[in-house]
Amino acid sequence: MNFDYSEEQQLLADSVRRFLAKDYDFETRKKIVASDEGCSADAWATLAEMGVTGLPLPAEFGGFGGGAVDLMGVMEAFGDALVVEPYLATVMAARLVARAGNEAQRGSVLPRVVEGRMRLALAHTERGARYNLAQVKTAAKPVAGGWQLEGEKVVVLGAPLAEKVVVSARTAKGTSLFLVDRGALRFRAYRTLDEMRAADVSLQAVEVGADALLGEEGGALPLLEEVTDFATALVCAEAVGAIKFACDTTLEYLKTRKQFGVPIGTFQALQHRIVDMYIAHEQARSMACVAASRADSAQSVRERQLAVSAAKIKIADACRHVSQESVQLHGGMGMSEELKVSHTFRRLTVIAQQFGDAEHHLGRFAALDTEGT
Amino acid sequence: MDLNYSQEELAFRDEVRAWLNANLPQDLRDKVANYGELGREDLLRWHRILAKKGWVAPAWPKEWGGTDWNLVQRYIFEEELGFVGSPPLIPFGLSMCGPVLLRFGSEAQKRRFLPRIYDGEDFWCQGYSEPGSGSDLASLKTKATRDGNEYVVNGQKIWTTLGHCADWIFCLVRTDSNMAKKQEGISFLLIDMKSPGITVRPLVLMDLGREVNEVFFEDVRVPAGNLVYEENKGWTVAKYLLGHERMNTGRVGASKRELAKLKAFASAQPGNDGEPLIRDPRFRDKLTRVEVELMALEITNLRFLDQMRRTGQSPGADVSMLKIKGTEIQQAITELAMQAVGPLAQPFVPVGSDAEFDAFTAGLAPRYCNYRKTTIYAGSNEIQRNIISKMTLGL
Repeated sequence: MNFDYSEEQQLLADSVRRFLAKDYDFETRKKIVASDEGCSADAWATLAEMGVTGLPLPAEFGGFGGGAVDLMGVMEAFGDALVVEPYLATVMAARLVARAGNEAQRGSVLPRVVEGRMRLALAHTERGARYNLAQVKTAAKPVAGGWQLEGEKVVVLGAPLAEKVVVSARTAKGTSLFLVDRGALRFRAYRTLDEMRAADVSLQAVEVGADALLGEEGGALPLLEEVTDFATALVCAEAVGAIKFACDTTLEYLKTRKQFGVPIGTFQALQHRIVDMYIAHEQARSMACVAASRADSAQSVRERQLAVSAAKIKIADACRHVSQESVQLHGGMGMSEELKVSHTFRRLTVIAQQFGDAEHHLGRFAALDTEGT
Repeated sequence: MDLNYSQEELAFRDEVRAWLNANLPQDLRDKVANYGELGREDLLRWHRILAKKGWVAPAWPKEWGGTDWNLVQRYIFEEELGFVGSPPLIPFGLSMCGPVLLRFGSEAQKRRFLPRIYDGEDFWCQGYSEPGSGSDLASLKTKATRDGNEYVVNGQKIWTTLGHCADWIFCLVRTDSNMAKKQEGISFLLIDMKSPGITVRPLVLMDLGREVNEVFFEDVRVPAGNLVYEENKGWTVAKYLLGHERMNTGRVGASKRELAKLKAFASAQPGNDGEPLIRDPRFRDKLTRVEVELMALEITNLRFLDQMRRTGQSPGADVSMLKIKGTEIQQAITELAMQAVGPLAQPFVPVGSDAEFDAFTAGLAPRYCNYRKTTIYAGSNEIQRNIISKMTLGL
């Protein structure tokens, strides 16, 4: 039993945190969000130099073969600084390539991702599918020399920035993955509530070669489940960083804001509420440890899914609780776009729902738990 | 990061679990499982079984009977005690008076009291709260006046848990009313419950359980040698106890056992549609949320323990959050267990000799009632929040 980060994990987290404090402060981030691309090529290059892009990818392609626990400290720092780079999207797609791709696919994609020269996206979610990973209506039918894709994907994170997109589509054998050049896709791009770039992607008779099929035809669902659990563990850690920021900045406000001639932190009605926020933070941190550890080394798929769902239930509840309270305790200022806490509110609101809200995971947990009895 | 116990720790846990399972008498186990009322003899019987094995006071120094276990082993042991469903080890002697004497007691006091606490010869209770002094403990008024080699004690204590079973009571008493601060002028006194002038009156709770009492002191004469530490320095002693290791305050082991029971129970109960209640999404969601809270509490507890092991620093005021979450979870489980039986939660007390009913089911609602105490006792959860607010957050 040991809840420490290893020396390497700690060093990486510290240097990412230092870099973000210096070059990704709130004012800089505002400019990045408002820029055409909506993300920072410089920041991406630095993260690649630090090894962050390569960390969760196999060593044979220049990565470090790391897991979710290795990324916890980095994700916490991202949550603190509200990083808007398409990291999650790239990691999810890259891990699918690493897991399912053939040598040519892995060789053409992974070294470039590791070096920070390629960003990716995963186009899976469809309108009406909510959080059900198994629901895929986008179809892939065999045509001469390859496949033809037809359908629509929504809220594809990082799509406008990606060079290649992993697209899920149904074939006669079931859900399959295809590695598609961005140029072949039509986007409706937008900024999300949490100020990241995403797009709805329409696939109208998109023809791809036979070599676009990623992994076994019809075999994608377990891989999508695995990578989604991995990403869920990452956003749990990111949430912990954002929750910690929301708690700290609110505490600071309670100590400095004066009303009735005294700091408002002297009022017990507010003291108890911020104590509950800090308790939620500790409980969330504990469950983020559970999610990351089990995403990396569960003995079975069921164990992994139970742990990730349990964590996401707690994290989703904590995201909503802490974000709502942080705004309330700031009073009118908490509503203002000027304050970082309102942006943290937005990211936490999105994380609460990302990869399944509490209710979705309550359902999955109950189904798995009953199955085991 | 590794959330799992080491091989050695697992082996230790298995050893403890096996021994507890083999040595916990079946009738005591059944009584605990059915939420029966545990009397003095039940409690002392289990205490003595552990004392004989040498496991009754693991945290004490080796020379007084401690086990020399490390922090994690001690935690595992307490968790296993909860998990196996043993009668509770009454803390007043083992984890309160004992540690106080070890830290502040004279050699004579240690030699006189510690072995009898260890062997379960003396049953102790705690005399802190008074009718006018609950959360504001330092406002206490029970007075001890020095008269030669004795103190004369007058006043009243309340909520005295198991006072009716006790041979001894340790009390906070006021020895000087003229101090500038109310925390000064308080002393820590050991009083024989057989002393003339002590009256114990039961305070029956809403579940009709006999658990707490009022204790009245009328000109009770206490040898001056029963003063612990210095006169008027009792608050220092009391504070030491508050800050004393409270790592098991979340009671994760006992809640795990109760949750497992609840799940099995809810699987056997029909919902409105005749399907097992545990498949009812509205019930199930509540159950899962409690389960998740308990997981988070367990990991938080282990994180604190790990931090303490590495730094040697006690987590201090943060332990208060274990009390808050632990008691909320205990209450939630009793509430769900009561809800699980639906209308059958109503039978309470049999009337007439032929009115027999299922004691376990009938015990669920009273238990729900009884467990409202957990967020009130040992420093109400609001006081715990005050502690975190002041000590950790600096408000």
